Amino acid sequence: MSLRVGHLQALLGSLGRLVRNPLSTLLTLVVIALALALPASLRLLVTNAQAATGNFGSAIELSVYFKTEVPLAKAQQLANAARARPDIAQVTLISSDQGLEDFRTYSGFGDALAALKENPLPHVLHVRPRAEATSAAALEALRGYFRAWPEVDLVQVDSQWVQRFNGILEVLRELLLMAAGLLGLGVIAVIGNTIRLEIAGRRAEVEVIKLVGGSNSFVRRPFLYIGLLYGVGGALLAWGIIALAMSLLGESVANLAKLYGSRFTLHGPSAEDVAALLGAGAALGWIGAWISAARHLRSIEPRG
Amino acid sequence: MIVFEQVSKRYANGRVALENVSFNVHTGEMVFLTGRSGAGKSTVLKLIALLERPTRGTVLVNGKNTRALKPRHIAAFRRRIGVVFQDHKLLADRPVFDNVALPLAVAATPLKEIDKRVRAALDQVGLLGRERALPQELSVGEQQRVGIARAVVSKPPLLIADEPTGNLDPDLSLEVMRLFRRFQDVGVTVVVATHDLHLVREFGQRVITLENGHLQGGGAPDSLPSVVATR
Repeated sequence: MSLRVGHLQALLGSLGRLVRNPLSTLLTLVVIALALALPASLRLLVTNAQAATGNFGSAIELSVYFKTEVPLAKAQQLANAARARPDIAQVTLISSDQGLEDFRTYSGFGDALAALKENPLPHVLHVRPRAEATSAAALEALRGYFRAWPEVDLVQVDSQWVQRFNGILEVLRELLLMAAGLLGLGVIAVIGNTIRLEIAGRRAEVEVIKLVGGSNSFVRRPFLYIGLLYGVGGALLAWGIIALAMSLLGESVANLAKLYGSRFTLHGPSAEDVAALLGAGAALGWIGAWISAARHLRSIEPRG
Repeated sequence: MIVFEQVSKRYANGRVALENVSFNVHTGEMVFLTGRSGAGKSTVLKLIALLERPTRGTVLVNGKNTRALKPRHIAAFRRRIGVVFQDHKLLADRPVFDNVALPLAVAATPLKEIDKRVRAALDQVGLLGRERALPQELSVGEQQRVGIARAVVSKPPLLIADEPTGNLDPDLSLEVMRLFRRFQDVGVTVVVATHDLHLVREFGQRVITLENGHLQGGGAPDSLPSVVATR
């Protein structure tokens, strides 16, 4: 009970100390917030880009061309087999007759086609994979599935742009990890330095506390709480910065998506994202304060 | 309560502050430690409060050998000693109450208990009602009494004071010394370092005299016939 009261006192005391020095506290918080907001917004960029490609996935199609000698009944049978696959959303069979008809209608070469003795077009399947099966690997697997049929002449997938896009996302993800690591170290350094100054300013107090029998953990406690408060405060501020940026960007992103015929909208940070942000802030603050306190408090011993 | 056995102390800068000093102080005794400034009085108190460790010899306080004490036990050791300084070492940005409460706070005392005991300690030094004052709003004598209240608030069995009357006029000095006597009356062992021989004579307690780091007299409770302990 009394120990808990001691912690509460230390926490409130630390909070009071931060509030009494609003300007320097705010500046430190802004630095921490920016360092946390950068990797957090990179993460949002990646998740949103992923969500966007999920939407684009519906635009990906495979065209499966049968050999010309394959009869329509066989093509229909194979189309039905393809429909049974769980990674395929839709299969449309274009018979050679229908293909010729379409060609005659839309190409403007109608008269020239009339001169042909027989239909040169094969039967074709238009295959639309499910959205979750649009990764490069999944598309490659589908392509292999169709190519394995002896009746199939050619499978066309326009997936190169998807692969490139996923490659960019992968680079971004690695960049995110690196940025998070470096900026995390930065946060530890900033908080550590702030704690060092705080300890220097309270040297006399630390001496007296040690003199009257304050243990090292008692002396350390308020500084750890200051670090924790800086970390959590910086994370909250980072959340605010991100929310502000999202609300400013939201409309123009929705407009852009509309131009591409997509109903995509920006996704804000999820509850887990916010929890991770606050947790990271708290942990970094605590670690920075701990390192600094362990280093600088040991050197302070009471003099008579 | 306190045993010094052939204690020598040499500081890192080479200065020898104590040379082969032996004395002891019984539980419940009140002892004056005198000598010119630089004679080693402060060093003796620092060795008792474990602010320094002896270079040679043994210092026993409350039955603990200060040289053998592990760092993590130092805090608990210091909680059983009340220390009063000439410059009283109060925290200037904290009110009187917080200053006096500090030794209780570090021992994780419940708030209710802290409140009660801080008031009792302030009452003993005649400063009840000044809890919310900041140290600089008090006179020098009052500040010294706050320092004393802080030293006794956790009821330590041993109270040591380094020139507690150094900045006080004779009347206030007498008052502070009487205060120490009252703590001795309730069983506290008291060691007061002072160069105010006039005051020392007035109280008639045992006197340990140091000169240039050497013991001149008063090493054992029964070794000094001229000034016999009053109890």
